[in-house]
Amino acid sequence: MAQTYFTEDHEWLRVEGGIATVGITDYAQQQLGDLVFVELPEPGKKLAKGDTAVVVESVKAASDVYAPVDGEITEANTSLSSDPSLVNSAATGDGWLWKMKLANESQLDGLLDEAAYKAHIG
Amino acid sequence: MTGDDTKHLPLEDLHMAAGARFGAFAGWSMPLTYPAGVMKEHLHSREHAGLFDISHMKLFEISGPGAAALLNRACTFDAGALEISQSKYTFFLNEAAGILDDLIVTRLGAERFMMVANAGNAAADEKHLRALAGDFDVKVDALDRVFLAIQGPEAWAALSRAGIETGSLVFMHGIEPREKWFMSRSGYTGEDGFEIGLPEAEARNLVIRLLEDERVMWIGLAARDSLRLEAGLCLHGLDITPEIDPASAGLMWAIPKEIRASGAFIGADALRAIVERGPAQKRVGLKPEGRQPVRAGAALFDADGNPAGHVTSGGFGPSAGHPVAMGYVQTPLAKSGAKLFADVRGTKIPVDIHPLPFTPHRYRKG
Repeated sequence: MAQTYFTEDHEWLRVEGGIATVGITDYAQQQLGDLVFVELPEPGKKLAKGDTAVVVESVKAASDVYAPVDGEITEANTSLSSDPSLVNSAATGDGWLWKMKLANESQLDGLLDEAAYKAHIG
Repeated sequence: MTGDDTKHLPLEDLHMAAGARFGAFAGWSMPLTYPAGVMKEHLHSREHAGLFDISHMKLFEISGPGAAALLNRACTFDAGALEISQSKYTFFLNEAAGILDDLIVTRLGAERFMMVANAGNAAADEKHLRALAGDFDVKVDALDRVFLAIQGPEAWAALSRAGIETGSLVFMHGIEPREKWFMSRSGYTGEDGFEIGLPEAEARNLVIRLLEDERVMWIGLAARDSLRLEAGLCLHGLDITPEIDPASAGLMWAIPKEIRASGAFIGADALRAIVERGPAQKRVGLKPEGRQPVRAGAALFDADGNPAGHVTSGGFGPSAGHPVAMGYVQTPLAKSGAKLFADVRGTKIPVDIHPLPFTPHRYRKG
C-alpha cells in the first residue's frame, strides 16, 4: 500500500517498496505558472536531503526542487522533456518528476501528512 | 499589511478581483499573472487584445516657450522638428552616453510635450528634468493618471466598441482625446495597440467596458515581459543601463542623423567618440538550442571556450515556441548565425545569434 508524504517545500512523495515517486504539489505548480522546461537528473545519481534534484523552469524563472530525503535516483520522468506542462496539468499524477530508492526510511517520519500540508499552505 | 514603501496601483482592487498574483517590480506591487496564466495571456495578446495596467509608468507634461529646447538638451532628438501628435522613442543619456532611461515623447502642441518614463527611473528622471528645466522657460508636471495599455490585433476594435475611436491615429502618434486623457498608438509587445493615460474614475469605467468584450483580457507583467522580449524590445535596467550607450545597444536608429552629427544633447560628445571608434560590444538576439531557457546573467562563450559576452534578458517565447534571449557579445562575434554557448548551471547550451525581433512587429503605420 503506497503512502503519500508532503514537505514544507511543496513536494509530494509516494512511497512503495522502498521507492519514492516525487513531484511538486498542485499549489506549487500554480505558484510557478506555466512550465516550459524541466532539467531532469540521471538515474544512479545519489542525493542527500536538501540537494537540488531537478530544476523546473517557467516562462519567467528557474526554480530548484530539492531531494526531500536521502537516496539514489532510479528513474526520471522523461515524458517531461517533450511536455513539461504535464507538471501543470497533472502535478500529482503524470507530472511526477523522479523516483528514488530511499537510503534511510526513518527520514519519512519527519515529513508532513496531507492534513498537515494543507494546514501549512493555509 | 505592508509597512514598507511599496507602491500600489490605483486599480489594485480590480486586479485582486480578477484573481491576479502580485509581485514586486520597480518598487511597485504589480499583477504578474491572472488565472489564465502567462502562456495563455501572452498568446491572447498576439491573437486578440490584452489589457495591461501600466500605471507604474510615469507621464510628464513639459510645456512652455522653452519646452523644445529643454528636450533637445535632455534627449537625443530634435523636438522642434516633431509634428504635432507625432511620438519619438528617445533617451536620457549621461555625460558618458550611458542610457539613464528610454522614453517616448509626443508633441501635443506648439509648446507642449508628453513624456512617458519607466517606473524604476521615474523619480530620477523627474529630478533630472527639473534640474535641467532651471535653464529654460518651461514647466514640468508629473501627471497623476491611471495608465492602461491595450495591445493586439483586435485592440482598435475593442476600443471602438467601448466608445473610443482610434481611426486616424497611426503608430507612434498620440493625442488628447478628452480632457486629462492622453492616448497614443504604441506599446511594448510588437503588436498594434494603444496606451491611454486617464483619470482613475474614468479608467474604472473604461476597464469595465473593455472587459465586457470577450476579445479583451487582463495581461500580467510576466506576459508583458515575454511579449517585449520576443519583439526584441529593451527593458531598461537589464538590456540597457547607464553603462550601455545607444551604439552598443543597436539603438542609433532612434537618433536622427543630423542630431548625431551636431546635436547638443547631454552625452553627445561621448556618443560621437564611441561611434567613431566603434562599440566594443553589441546587443544581439540569442536563440538557445532545444527547450531550456537561457536567462539574464548567463555568460556566453565562443566555440573555443573564450568569453564572448553575456545574456541580459532571457526566457521562453510562447509565440516563437522556443526559448528567446538578448545579450551583448564582442562586436566581431555579433553576426547573425554565429554559434555561441551559454553557461547554464555548469552546462554549455548552444545558442545562435538570431535576428531581432523573434516575432514580426505588426504595427499599424497608416
